[in-house]
Amino acid sequence: MENSYLDMELLRFTTAGSVDDGKSTLIGRLLHDSKSIFEDQLDHVEASSKKRGLEHTDLALLTDGLKDEREQGITIDVAYRYFATPKRKFIIADTPGHIQYTRNMVTGASTANLALILIDARKGLVEQTYRHSFIASLLQIPHIIVCVNKMDLVDYSEEAFEKIKADYEDFAAKLDVKDIRFIPISALNGDNVVNRSDKTDWYEGPTLLYTLETIHIGSDFNHIDCRFPVQTVIRPKTDEYHDYRGYAGRVSGGVFKKGDDIMVLPSGFTSRVKSIETMDGEVEEAFAPMSVTVTLEDEIDISRGDMLVRPNNQPQATQDLDVMLCWFNQEGPQIRKKYTVLHSSNEVKVMIKQIHYRLDINTLHRQENYQNLGMNDILKVTIRSTKPLLVDAYRKNRLTGSLILIDDSTNETVAAGMITG
Amino acid sequence: MAKYNLTHLQELESEAIFVIREVFAQFEKPGILFSGGKDSIVVTHLARKAFWPSKIPFPLVHIDTGHNFPETIQFRDDLANEIGAELVTPLVQDSIDKGRVREETGKDASRNWLQITTLLDAIEEHQFDALMGGARRDEEKARAKERFFSHRDDFGQWDPKNQRPELWNIFNGKKHYGEHFRVFPISNWTEMDVWQYILLEGIKIPSLYIAHEREVIWRNNSWLPNSEFLNLREGEEVVNKKVRFRTLGDITITGGIESDADTLEKIVVEVAAARQTERGNRADDKRSETAMEDRKKEGYF
Repeated sequence: MENSYLDMELLRFTTAGSVDDGKSTLIGRLLHDSKSIFEDQLDHVEASSKKRGLEHTDLALLTDGLKDEREQGITIDVAYRYFATPKRKFIIADTPGHIQYTRNMVTGASTANLALILIDARKGLVEQTYRHSFIASLLQIPHIIVCVNKMDLVDYSEEAFEKIKADYEDFAAKLDVKDIRFIPISALNGDNVVNRSDKTDWYEGPTLLYTLETIHIGSDFNHIDCRFPVQTVIRPKTDEYHDYRGYAGRVSGGVFKKGDDIMVLPSGFTSRVKSIETMDGEVEEAFAPMSVTVTLEDEIDISRGDMLVRPNNQPQATQDLDVMLCWFNQEGPQIRKKYTVLHSSNEVKVMIKQIHYRLDINTLHRQENYQNLGMNDILKVTIRSTKPLLVDAYRKNRLTGSLILIDDSTNETVAAGMITG
Repeated sequence: MAKYNLTHLQELESEAIFVIREVFAQFEKPGILFSGGKDSIVVTHLARKAFWPSKIPFPLVHIDTGHNFPETIQFRDDLANEIGAELVTPLVQDSIDKGRVREETGKDASRNWLQITTLLDAIEEHQFDALMGGARRDEEKARAKERFFSHRDDFGQWDPKNQRPELWNIFNGKKHYGEHFRVFPISNWTEMDVWQYILLEGIKIPSLYIAHEREVIWRNNSWLPNSEFLNLREGEEVVNKKVRFRTLGDITITGGIESDADTLEKIVVEVAAARQTERGNRADDKRSETAMEDRKKEGYF
């Protein structure tokens, strides 16, 4: 049996939006047309819609799973949806678009390869468009697809589409995203979503689904700078594996090969890769995001939190970090207060030394006079840690360039940070 | 230049192994919640891969309602034996005997809710601080909101509106004394992914998943297996059918579907063509629109 399922890639994308911009309709259509909605789910949603006195079947009820969300008719949290076509499997992180949910958008964006941004063809760029795009840029999502939606309501006008495209390209000059594409669609009627529309002859590009299926994501991970954070040490201590000492972890960057010279940080000892192993046998090379076990030629004292790198390409070891923080908690950041930072497989105490500015997420303006910092604020800060962290700039590596801040009294994750230098 | 791409199953596997290793590194006494169902079997398989050539460093914890498929118990014991894992099997019957819970009565009585107390008592007794389960976000709408590392308070409760955000691959397992975590390494897998992975890896599963002849009765739109716990109602009759089960829960609440899929390959084809969700035949989910969320808040799996 030929099984194409075993040869599919995974694409994670994020969407954000409000009730009326057609986001739910679009997701509903992608799920429906890829046969990822089941009959009993649809029955449930239809029954719930009726119970709420709605005229249409509200596909948002598919994703809004919590009692409060269903009662209030809003998405509170990030909802993950799954669908697959014969070419790819997709994970949608569906987030609410309102400014008070910036933290959810940031969360959804952190693992995404691609951001889907919806613009109403009648309205053009609005505040949410800027906000979602800035977040995509800030979180370094490699690809953006701008869907100009509701084309049916502007008579499928090429002019309307081109105007929005030009406006967005103007604005996008400020962004740090390399790959931006534009597609005219009608989520409601299905134009250019799965099937090409016969009403947009002037549009020669591919449909949304085709783009999602074929966009090149192979280089979204860093395959240049070798980084292997050690998660745990494997020591079976059985007769067969008496002296076995393997370093378990997930490659964060670069390509590791058997025989490679490596350096262990922070100790600085050097050795060579003896083998890269999995339960299925040895592999010749390991790259992000593979989980493997590495053994070395020499016996070196290595534990969780250490990192294997190449001697000629090391991350920065520093106690002073410039970080762009997204604040998640009601209680705002406090200068000199101690927090715990989780970075890669490391854990350290830090304090916030300085808050440089707050970023206006709608305009990207830096506000140096601010009051009442709190939830959903984006801040540029300098933090000081009790011991050096092994970091890369977030632009270079999303895995070794990111961290979270934890409040020691509540244990809550109060902020997520992207290292700028 | 070489192509540095993983297939989606390889990426999901790698993600799950990473999460399982984090559990080992961040917690004192973790375990795997083992139901004998395919999802917890896959989690156990992934745990073996994560620590090979060491044995899996977690016990398998099976909350035993007493209302089991005999095949499930046999499978559980064989697997634990084969991989050398410790087995912890708290009994719901013990909770009933101690007066901790009262057996439900009435026509749709089950021991589904009662498991919660037995589970939470076992967590206290064994001092588990993290339990891994095979729940997936695509299974059910409340589960779609779950984190990989899901915090439970001192009462074992889930607070869905106050969950910790999870970014990149950084997991916050910090907790106060008495609190614990539920961890879901295969959160991002779908039913299809699980079956394809079982096929690809050649993972053993209980025979119940494969189409077989069985005594069943027609109730609530599915074929309920005949067992000593089943009381026939008026108009119901026991018949022989070729069935299989898409999920495995208690024998009293798990309905089967008529099927000729008697190999893994045929199951995969059947799953691909299915128009009903796999939990569609689970009576425990049908009690109300938010049955799963309500149970999860109390401490359910």
